[in-house]
Amino acid sequence: MSESNLSLDSVISLQRQYRFQYEEAQQSYVLLYPEGLIKLHGSAGEILKRVDGKTTVEGIVSDLQQNFPGVELRQDVIEFLEDAYVRGWIRTK
Amino acid sequence: MSEAGSAPSNVKPPLWVNAEITFRCPLHCLFCYNPVDYAHSGPELTTDEWVTALRQARELGAIQLGISGGEPLMRDDTEIIVAEAHKLGYFTTLLTSGIGLTEKRIAAFREGGLDAIQLSFQDSTRELNDFLSSTRTFELKSKVAALIKQYDYPMVLNVVLHRLNIDHVDKILDMAEAMGAEQVELANTQYYSWALVNRDQLMPSLEQLQRAEQITNAFRARVGNKMKIYFVVPDYYATRPKACMNGWGSVFLNIAADGMALPCHEARMLPGLTFPNVKDHDVRWIWHESPGFNAYRGDSWMKEPCRTCPEKTKDFGGCRCQAFMLTGDATNADPVCDLSPNHHLIAEQVAKAQQPIEPANVHPIVFRDDKNSRRLGAKSGVPVPAGAAVDS
Repeated sequence: MSESNLSLDSVISLQRQYRFQYEEAQQSYVLLYPEGLIKLHGSAGEILKRVDGKTTVEGIVSDLQQNFPGVELRQDVIEFLEDAYVRGWIRTK
Repeated sequence: MSEAGSAPSNVKPPLWVNAEITFRCPLHCLFCYNPVDYAHSGPELTTDEWVTALRQARELGAIQLGISGGEPLMRDDTEIIVAEAHKLGYFTTLLTSGIGLTEKRIAAFREGGLDAIQLSFQDSTRELNDFLSSTRTFELKSKVAALIKQYDYPMVLNVVLHRLNIDHVDKILDMAEAMGAEQVELANTQYYSWALVNRDQLMPSLEQLQRAEQITNAFRARVGNKMKIYFVVPDYYATRPKACMNGWGSVFLNIAADGMALPCHEARMLPGLTFPNVKDHDVRWIWHESPGFNAYRGDSWMKEPCRTCPEKTKDFGGCRCQAFMLTGDATNADPVCDLSPNHHLIAEQVAKAQQPIEPANVHPIVFRDDKNSRRLGAKSGVPVPAGAAVDS
């Protein structure tokens, strides 16, 4: 992770103008912000659900691995969080 | 209460609700998009009526709520509406000029769960001149900006650009920076309602637009990530129309101050359509069944060139209201599209905007106020721009 914005022990949280919630009518998690919403498909919702301002990147990966055993998810999760950082959805504390 | 209209079975729920909770406003902007005849509209909804309508819309699946007006802070129950909307699960944004935003009110908004505030730098020519020259006005706006930041809201500024202020975009951006804005939308006004009446005065020349864009780009390069800046060009300068509201009755539900439910702010002036009121009908029926909301869904209403155009799914033929206002027929292609046989109406106006304004050739400025609204509303109720080819 040498050229990345996040390290495994970064504690991450949602940027303050974003809100994360489950939307029944959409049958998915969404990320809400003033201009609109982002529908989170599949694992995106599961990952962002664990961004609570207290847990590190490693903590999130570990928790996901516990909940989804047998799935090789480490790289995908880290890439997703890197992307979320670049998009401005999350920030490090 | 159901009527014989046939709602397409694939109509998705509204995502955005825009609640124009009042048409009252302390400002007199010449580009206001409130109906020109707002002074003739019915009484404002009560708090309960708003909460009921918002609950019904939420049950349908609406998520984003904009609380606007007029000036939403003119009402005393804005905090209650925000709090109830928050409890319902909406993401709530207050769209305000900041006038009347005291610490007491913003603390109550925070407590009630308001998610975002969009501060409009609304100006009439008078106000901008005051602002640019008067420290007092700057201090007032700065106080509001400071409160917004103190209560941990991002500073989001919306500035309406037009011919009379676009040459000051450098000062406007400097002001935004001084206020600590994190996001600035420089929105060239569209020509609806009061802005249509005042179109001659409002439309910038291409040279003005390009200069403003250059200044904005240079500013962007300087401030970097510190500020997100959006620059919106008037659609008259495009050759394809905007996908207005993302389609008629598609994602957007507007509820006006008197309870009229509309697919957009402007639709109430379209002739031959009746729009329901939330006082009389459930929002579910309004959205799915009402004739007004179904009028321009799908594409069976389209005329050529839209009907067989491969781009119809992209822009839906543009804006129905603009088509009506400029061509007299809401089912025509939006004349912004250069495939429209009426495109010359846009081209002529664009050509006019490249010339200096000759007072003798243009409609004098009509400021948005109750007196003008009563006067203009007493006629046809539809603002007709000077020189438009509309037969009645």
